Amino acid sequence: MEHDHLEQLENQSVYILREAYANFKNLAMLWSIGKDSTVLLWLARKAFFGHVPITLVHIDTNYKIPEMIRYRDQLAMDWHLTMVYGQNKEALERKETFPDGNITRLQCCKNLKTDALKHTLSGEWPRYRLNLQTGKYEIDKNKDPYTGVIVGARADEEGSRSKERYFSPRDKNNEWDVGDQPPELWNQFKTDFAPGTHLRIHPLLDWTELNIWEYIERENIPITDLYFDKGTGKRYRSLGCYPCTTPVDSTSRNVAEIVAELKTGKFANIAERSGRAQDKEDGGGLETLRRDGYM
Amino acid sequence: MEPTARIPTPFAPTGTPGGKVDGRIRMNIVIVGHVDHGKSTVVGRLLADTGSLPDGKLESVRAFCERNSRPFEYAFLLDALKDEQAQGITIDTARTFFKSGKRDYIIIDAPGHIEFLKNMVTGAARAEAAVLVIDAKEGIRENSKRHGYLLSMLGIKQIAVVVNKMDLVDYSKEAFEDIRDEYIAFLARIGATPRFFIPISAFNGENLIAPSDKMPWFKGHNLLAAVDAFEKEPPKANQPFRMPLQDIYKFTSLGDDRRIVSGRVESGSARVGDSVVFLPSGKKSKIASIEGFHALPRAEVGAGVSIGFTLAEQIYVGRGELMVKAGEVQAEVSRRLRINLFWMGKKPFNPGKTYYLKLGTAKVPCRLEKINYLIDASETGDRTKSAVERHDVADCIIELSKPLAFDPIARLESTGRFVIVDQYEIAGGGIVREALAEEARAETADKRSLLSRSTVDSGTRGRLLNQKPALVLISGGPGRDPATAAKALESKLIGLGRHAFYLGLEDAQESDAHQASESGNARIESGWETEAPAAELGEAASLLLDAGLLVVASARGLDAEDIKILEGLVKPHAVVQLEAPADAEEATGTTAGLVEEALGKLRGLGSP
Ligand SMILES: Nc1nc2c(ncn2[C@@H]2O[C@H](COP(=O)(O)OP(=O)(O)O)[C@@H](O)[C@H]2O)c(=O)[nH]1
Repeated sequence: MEHDHLEQLENQSVYILREAYANFKNLAMLWSIGKDSTVLLWLARKAFFGHVPITLVHIDTNYKIPEMIRYRDQLAMDWHLTMVYGQNKEALERKETFPDGNITRLQCCKNLKTDALKHTLSGEWPRYRLNLQTGKYEIDKNKDPYTGVIVGARADEEGSRSKERYFSPRDKNNEWDVGDQPPELWNQFKTDFAPGTHLRIHPLLDWTELNIWEYIERENIPITDLYFDKGTGKRYRSLGCYPCTTPVDSTSRNVAEIVAELKTGKFANIAERSGRAQDKEDGGGLETLRRDGYM
Repeated sequence: MEPTARIPTPFAPTGTPGGKVDGRIRMNIVIVGHVDHGKSTVVGRLLADTGSLPDGKLESVRAFCERNSRPFEYAFLLDALKDEQAQGITIDTARTFFKSGKRDYIIIDAPGHIEFLKNMVTGAARAEAAVLVIDAKEGIRENSKRHGYLLSMLGIKQIAVVVNKMDLVDYSKEAFEDIRDEYIAFLARIGATPRFFIPISAFNGENLIAPSDKMPWFKGHNLLAAVDAFEKEPPKANQPFRMPLQDIYKFTSLGDDRRIVSGRVESGSARVGDSVVFLPSGKKSKIASIEGFHALPRAEVGAGVSIGFTLAEQIYVGRGELMVKAGEVQAEVSRRLRINLFWMGKKPFNPGKTYYLKLGTAKVPCRLEKINYLIDASETGDRTKSAVERHDVADCIIELSKPLAFDPIARLESTGRFVIVDQYEIAGGGIVREALAEEARAETADKRSLLSRSTVDSGTRGRLLNQKPALVLISGGPGRDPATAAKALESKLIGLGRHAFYLGLEDAQESDAHQASESGNARIESGWETEAPAAELGEAASLLLDAGLLVVASARGLDAEDIKILEGLVKPHAVVQLEAPADAEEATGTTAGLVEEALGKLRGLGSP
């Protein structure tokens, strides 16, 4: 049975999502609109029998490819999602961004992603919530900090699995102590936490890039078409902000072709995020950002 | 001689995705052993000899060592591979795995230093098989023993012990047999028997992937042949059905009226129509349907599947109960357990302090009653301690603040394992050996007798107020707001001229995490003394009921045991149970449905 492995991954992720829902009152799920967090959203529908009783949070840098935002709002309406976004208004107004030419890529990521994320999760900065009746965003009345944050990180994106946990604590400053991770065994997770701290929850930790695409294919999950080649011989492999993300050379026009392409090993020696320019600015870029709370 | 018996202890890891990738079977294995006994060398040499390294990697690391005039070490090779992994190159080229003709092996990183116990346990809990390395010259050391115990407790049945660095003892048969016999005798104390013992020289590649001509006296499997002889875990379908309840979902939005009992089947299987029992409450029902989303309809579900059921008769059960099948061996229910425990916490496991035990989805306050004995790995250790310290393995007795449903480890593994939480941290892990008889305990219900009572009975007072006193209990799981619903109901009742009184109970069991975040550790300290939050509510309600009032209470996460306590405390008054509406707007706005339901039930009790 070819999909044996996918089924095991699905069962484990669903289990984790339900544990998160049972244990955290203020639970959010980060939705970057990319393939991983969209698979995560689909898994939530599996876990809760078609419903998504978890708030979806998107950090809008204002530089996302416009199709991404359209796709986000369409799916939010279709699937009756509790959809919230946050952003760093101040930095955008003061033009403290890389595209404005005022700061480096990495500083820009910090302003528009890391800081926006931190303050949106804590509730210090306004959250905008989609009104499913009107289709418009309104200021969200809920200002409580989220104590459980579900993210679509995968272990194969970077580094060794032994560094990460399904339920991974973050301290008051959103920081991650890589050296002192809680034990995790027999599907018993860390669900107790000190005041002021919160947990990052990683239901996709065991999935690989190929698993994600195989699952999208099997389940027929609607995915933004930015991942597909539309005749230019290029497609996005990883989605980010348009000033810093370049497409890869590929003629895959649909999910099946992407699966086939990944299986040939075409990208075997090229990191998935190689199209993301900010990763190249400093050696341990991703880990630094991760430690600060950005995925 | 090579022991052929498998470790008889019936535990094994579950929930670790293994399975096939691209048609190749994968197996997760963990390499453990005392520091410097040669774990990295075993892994590095296996990668090299099975042709599993990227081209030129070995040569470039050797060249690097030469240039820097350092002796070559396989550990450097592994470090170099890890660096590549850290840069995000995809899994299949860089994760430390090696191939045999039979399958692919994923090596779960498990450092050997004592400080890394938490990582080692986390890693090893995901493994299907293990290789334990012992240095032939140094012999059995503290972590050789500790890791042996832990593997056994973690449920890894398939273990190959390699006696490494045989070159340093002249490939001596006697040296090998001495270590083997000593180690077998040691493991026998916990009833474990490794499947293979192999003399090797990892550095020189002796007995790694082919028989060694340096040790013609050894007729057993070489290491690769041994790991290839391990089996994938057989399906658990033939065991009794067990499903710890994760939640009961009722998402009323979008017109969905299903009430779905959800969880993951840990063992056995269940079909539509099966009679089921929930433990510890003992409530019974029948499976009406098996639910899923974007999935083919099914009439049966087996181990490993995250699923949901609807029931034929609606019963009040909640997270933490264990669902079993009526016709099968039942799980046990007890408040006193004999366990084997390993401790990872910085602070010791102390008698007198309250901890939480988590087994399946149940979370119950527990206390250490007694240490029977320590299974100590160090030679010098004190075997008669009063507390279980970090890195200790102990056989002990614990008592729980309320009954827990479980299986002894000898019967079923997944419902026989637990962790212990100290404040916010998972600090210990263990297995349940057996249920013990409960000691007689004073019932809380008699506390009321301390107060002297009037001779006017509550019926008279009720008639005066033109109502029959009763406790209306509004409950609700995550996503519901019983407090808001109950307050709304109270004011509606008062509007109708009833004498109602609202009592709110802070979240019970189900939301301990929230409690912890809001009130620090206060709850865990008081949790034991007050027996259960239910008792507190019951005592207060009982006085108000005696005064002739209708008590409207809200509570979250009360389980069947709590309800029993409540019923006992408010007797002879009745408890009317209602569920809060699922979405918040309904709870605050139109409580019409809830009020109707409440009035209906109260009339049913004979209230005007
Ligand atoms: N003579 C000899 N030395 C070995 C053998 N295997 C490992 N070593 C050495 O023992 C030391 C510790 O080995 P290493 O694999 O790093 O141990 P680890 O701490 O368990 O990973 C290193 O210097 C190795 O080269 C062997 O078979 N024979």
